[in-house]
Amino acid sequence: MAQGSYYVPATAKWPIVGSVGLFIMMIGAANWLNGNPIGPWLTLIGSVVVIFMTFGWFAEVIRESEGGLYSSAVDTSFRQGMIWFIFSEVMFFAAFFGALFYARMFAVPWLGGEGTGAMTNELLWPGFEAHWPTHGPAELGGDFQTIPAFDLPLLNTLILLTSGVTITLAHWALKRGQRTALVLWMWSTIALGLLFLSIQFYEYVHAYRDLGLTLGSGIYGSTFFMLTGFHGLHVILGTIMLIVITLRCMFGHFTAKNHFGFEAVAWYWHFVDVVWLGLFIFVYVI
Amino acid sequence: MSEATTHHDDHHDHPKGLWRWVVTTNHKDIGTLYLLFSLVMFLIGGAMALVIRAELFAPGLQLVNPDFFNQMTTMHALVMIFGAVMPAFVGLANWMVPLMIGAPDMALPRMNNWSFWILPFAFTILLSTLFMPTGAPASGWTLYPPLSLQGGNSFAFVIFAIHLMGISSIMGAINIVATILNMRAPGMTLLRMPLFIWTWLITAFLLIAVMPVLAGAVTMLLTDRFFGTSFFNAAGGGDPVLYQHIFWFFGHPEVYIMILPAFGIVSEIIPTFSRKRLFGYTSMVYATASIAFLSFIVWAHHMFTVGMPLGAMLFFMYATMVIAVPTGVKIFNWIATMWRGSMTFETPMLFALGFVVMFTIGGLSGVMLAIVPADFQYHDSYFVVAHFHYVLVTGSVFAIMAGVYYWLPKWTGHMYDERLGKIHFWWSTVWVNVLFFPQHYLGLAGMPRRIPDYAVQFTEFNMISSIGGFMFGFGQLLFCYIIWKCARGGEPASARVWEGSRGLEWTVPSPAPHHTFDTPPVVDDSVAVHKDELT
Repeated sequence: MAQGSYYVPATAKWPIVGSVGLFIMMIGAANWLNGNPIGPWLTLIGSVVVIFMTFGWFAEVIRESEGGLYSSAVDTSFRQGMIWFIFSEVMFFAAFFGALFYARMFAVPWLGGEGTGAMTNELLWPGFEAHWPTHGPAELGGDFQTIPAFDLPLLNTLILLTSGVTITLAHWALKRGQRTALVLWMWSTIALGLLFLSIQFYEYVHAYRDLGLTLGSGIYGSTFFMLTGFHGLHVILGTIMLIVITLRCMFGHFTAKNHFGFEAVAWYWHFVDVVWLGLFIFVYVI
Repeated sequence: MSEATTHHDDHHDHPKGLWRWVVTTNHKDIGTLYLLFSLVMFLIGGAMALVIRAELFAPGLQLVNPDFFNQMTTMHALVMIFGAVMPAFVGLANWMVPLMIGAPDMALPRMNNWSFWILPFAFTILLSTLFMPTGAPASGWTLYPPLSLQGGNSFAFVIFAIHLMGISSIMGAINIVATILNMRAPGMTLLRMPLFIWTWLITAFLLIAVMPVLAGAVTMLLTDRFFGTSFFNAAGGGDPVLYQHIFWFFGHPEVYIMILPAFGIVSEIIPTFSRKRLFGYTSMVYATASIAFLSFIVWAHHMFTVGMPLGAMLFFMYATMVIAVPTGVKIFNWIATMWRGSMTFETPMLFALGFVVMFTIGGLSGVMLAIVPADFQYHDSYFVVAHFHYVLVTGSVFAIMAGVYYWLPKWTGHMYDERLGKIHFWWSTVWVNVLFFPQHYLGLAGMPRRIPDYAVQFTEFNMISSIGGFMFGFGQLLFCYIIWKCARGGEPASARVWEGSRGLEWTVPSPAPHHTFDTPPVVDDSVAVHKDELT
């Protein structure tokens, strides 16, 4: 119900659905990892509930928004929420970048005998010389080759950067009220996102099948696949968000002035883009 | 029919009974839920602590086997940190932030509901590990590899429970930041905000910054155990110490997450019962921000003995010691606030004063621990246990209790039983010192933490400590009784409740109506300010 000018819903039934969904999903995933055959099923059921919750929750918010219940103050709260959510995502990636930097700057050189690691090297890992990329002194996962940066990863960089341009062109079209251009630019952005994902998928298959580079390839494989993998998951999520928002554009949900849903997705897409630039530089090039 | 298409009147579709609490979007309801949840967790975590103290009452293995003892130390910490202290502060924030800044509710009420309702499920998963054949996690709450990776089936459950707690904390923190930045009443400028609001704003920022880092750390643990990664495996080029760095990058801001709102509460209470404005309001704000900033660059003082380059140890030692400066500013300001005030000593004030004295003890032992060569001796000893329990129990928990007594009349509309409140304070204060003070000596004499047995020369102090533990623990049942009694009835509370109280929360009736500040109040210096001008 409306509290003065600030909209506060009277009740919220979706959160408890989401909590139950997450609960089933987490219990399922833990059982799955422990080799319990019921695990995958519980995970599936929980995921379905969470997806159901997401649709229901967003549908409710969209209805309220279209119903004109949101004031500019509500709009600002949503903006704040999205900004800080993206900041939390940045910090999540920071943990994995931190692991990469620590391994390259400290852990691996110390194993190779640098600094205070002389005895570590001599007694535990004699003969190990620090180098990067590495799968460690025990050569976990067997020999592997890396993916050259100025090959498909460069192409992927260009694709994502281009998608940042197309979504901005879409935003301009939205602000000028040109819906056809808006929808075309949005679908091009989605197409670029999907193209990026396909190339990433191809690269993963290539790494596993031809290069011997796997998640088990020591610290290099760990950081490579966890960083690019979490980024890939975020691109998948971002692409789904783009598709939803494009459909909403086609339904005419947004006006030239009032389109925070669009902007939130655009911010998210730019965030995914920036993370990739970090990945390209620190994982592939350097 | 969706509520999107129509405006409802307040009283039409208000669900009743339990369901009301499940679907509520009201900040007061959700605040109450958080606080009750936290109290339940406080009792569960306390029961675990009593198992530890019972085992340590006498040397030798007495009651439980060593593995179960380690499960208790691990679970006690996880339950108290993530289940008791953090939700209590979030509950206080839910109740008080909108009331103190003149907002109709939290900025994102639906998400507010979700932040809370994830927690009971997360703790169901966490506590369920106690009943698994391989038992609960026993590696300590820090989950250091490689030990934590060698646990039983509970491992994956604990990791996912921590993920859920993190999701809940991040959403709660985003909500608080959005509320404070966006929902303030006209005239409530940033430097007119009560200090509780300031400390929570900064705490929420810390939460958003570091909870994802914890998520990253435990995710790496998970993939190291189940998916063959080598983050913490030297054979693959990783390093178990890497985990400690990432964990404490989260963990040190986390300890300030558990103390900054306590500073805020105490900064509300001391001026009220000194009948003066807070001394040095602006310096309090800057000190809080400084502490928050420093919390990001001191993490490695938790791991001095792990083997780090000397330069790193020096940096982390000096950075840690610098924290004593803004903290000292705060202690000074609290004392200066009381200076020549017309002081009275109601229960909230007693707890706040207990906080100032005993938190300072914990702070000073913290400075001792910051000294690298000294820490080589103290590390992982009972001295550390004594230190962080002074900070967390006589610090955070005492401040939470002070806040509960302070605002309870506003929540329930009744005064609590002052006589029982004072008994609760003195009982707790005496026994908590009997409980924790001897642990300093035990630690300095070399007794290690997290070990169920000890050399016989430690017997006396351990017995004293255990007696203190049981007396303090059972004394908290009185706290539950006082709250229950106050909720049931008592002398009606006025709107202002306390003679010296200032701020918007005291302008609404007691109990605070279900909806407050539908029309925002206009704030000027006379109402809410804690400005340190002479009065």
